[in-house]
Amino acid sequence: MTRFAAWAAIISGCLYFLMPMIGMTEFSLSMRRGVYSLDAYRVVMADPQFQATFAYSLIMALLTIVFGVLLVVPTAYWVQLKMPRMRPVVEFVTLLPLVIPAIVVVFGYIRLYNTSGWLPLTGSVTGTNLLLMFGYATLALPYMYRAVDTGLRSIDVATLTEAAQSLGAGWFRIMATLILPNVLSAVLSGAFLTLAIVIGEFTMAALLDRPAFGPYMQILGANRAYEPAALAVIAFAITWACMGLIQMVSRLSKHKRA
Amino acid sequence: MARHVAIVDTAQKWVGLVPFMLFTGLFLIAPTLFIVIGAFRTPAGGFTLQNILDLNTPTILSAYWVSIKVSFLSALLGCLIGFAMAAAMTLGGISRRVKSPLMTFSGVASNFAGVPLAFAFIATIGPAGLITMYLRTEWGINLRMYGWNLLSTWGLIITYLFFQIPLMILIITPALEGLKREWREAADILGATRLQYWRMVALPILFPSILGTMALLFANAFGAVATAIALTGPSLNIAPILLYAQIRGDVLGNPNLGYALAFGMILITGAANTLYIVLRLRAERWLK
Repeated sequence: MTRFAAWAAIISGCLYFLMPMIGMTEFSLSMRRGVYSLDAYRVVMADPQFQATFAYSLIMALLTIVFGVLLVVPTAYWVQLKMPRMRPVVEFVTLLPLVIPAIVVVFGYIRLYNTSGWLPLTGSVTGTNLLLMFGYATLALPYMYRAVDTGLRSIDVATLTEAAQSLGAGWFRIMATLILPNVLSAVLSGAFLTLAIVIGEFTMAALLDRPAFGPYMQILGANRAYEPAALAVIAFAITWACMGLIQMVSRLSKHKRA
Repeated sequence: MARHVAIVDTAQKWVGLVPFMLFTGLFLIAPTLFIVIGAFRTPAGGFTLQNILDLNTPTILSAYWVSIKVSFLSALLGCLIGFAMAAAMTLGGISRRVKSPLMTFSGVASNFAGVPLAFAFIATIGPAGLITMYLRTEWGINLRMYGWNLLSTWGLIITYLFFQIPLMILIITPALEGLKREWREAADILGATRLQYWRMVALPILFPSILGTMALLFANAFGAVATAIALTGPSLNIAPILLYAQIRGDVLGNPNLGYALAFGMILITGAANTLYIVLRLRAERWLK
């Protein structure tokens, strides 16, 4: 009886999850009347706007990842090595982006960094791009910090650092050849999660008026019928790929250690 | 001399935190504080509570209320369904071959939010969606006649469940696995029935986790902007959409009122998250 109930719960849950998956796939394939075709995908892929916005978001994601790694790895390392007492404070700050809605943060950006402020980032295209990247970095901060911090805890940072220092290594060398390789799988997990978050992000990009993939999808959704479904399938595939890569990375690193 | 060295040493220690403090200070804390302070200021710059009092209009109150309702119901249903699925997976004697893919899928689905999620549901139960059309042509059931509308509160709730349920599964499964066999056996030996075990042992231990996750799901839904905008456009009056419109075009006609609206949102998600953290700390006491 309980096993029956358990199966019933699992199956009805899975049905709920499968329905929209099937729905969007079917819809994306039915642009041509009467037969299934890949027309919607073809139209979307050929759209120069799609290519431009997708490339823009991809580059933003990569920049965010690089910036995030450069910020988070040294900070987490430093806290672990020199200031363990600051750990709760730093951890609390990294969790703040989960508490403060992204729309509020970007609202603050628009008012604080506009052309009449002391740091007029929104005054130029480069400045706004930079601001958007900082915004994305705050969105990714909780995940990135957690991943790296967990990675650092599993190695003996103090001993490794002392060994490197007694061999004459400087800080840069310690970070690049000692710490980073040791937390690489954690960094990669954080990186793929960042990619999944940034690639379709809507709110920040739309309010800062940047030509990103998220706002493009929203505009297309308001005007077209079949293409949005194709975009949804593509976006789902990207999310799936990112999560798959995270699992693969963590599995590979476990193998190495065992 | 020794003291001088100590000061230099402390200063050096802090230097390592400067980039982090600078970044979070400038791009996380300062913008938020600017909004919070703005909520208590007049356009001229003086202190006032008028902005907060001005939130008391039918439009704004109903926006908050609908938001709270959607977030609460989607969190509640997400918790119940997610718990049922996680419990079935861990305790229901279902083979591990189901568990691993389901956990992976939960990881994907909990991150599949925003614009594409809305598209998926429009393609399924929207006016021309797969299920809507199927029911109409094959069974003669017109969902619209039964009052179904995807662009509504319930449409939003059903869509949000797509990321709420997986998040619940991801967080509660470790807690369920943390229930020790010994507790179960001890209860059995003392003559407890299944129901008594659940009512007096398992649920009290799990309760902080469940309630805490519900608070997290609530905050998660409350801050969701993209899904709502892509699903309903500006037609549904909920707090994040109203704030979005306010930032874009000052629809409230008063910038400081916009700050107050944002401040209210921080207050609500902040309260939900504090509840989550407090309950999580309580839950961890048992699940070590």
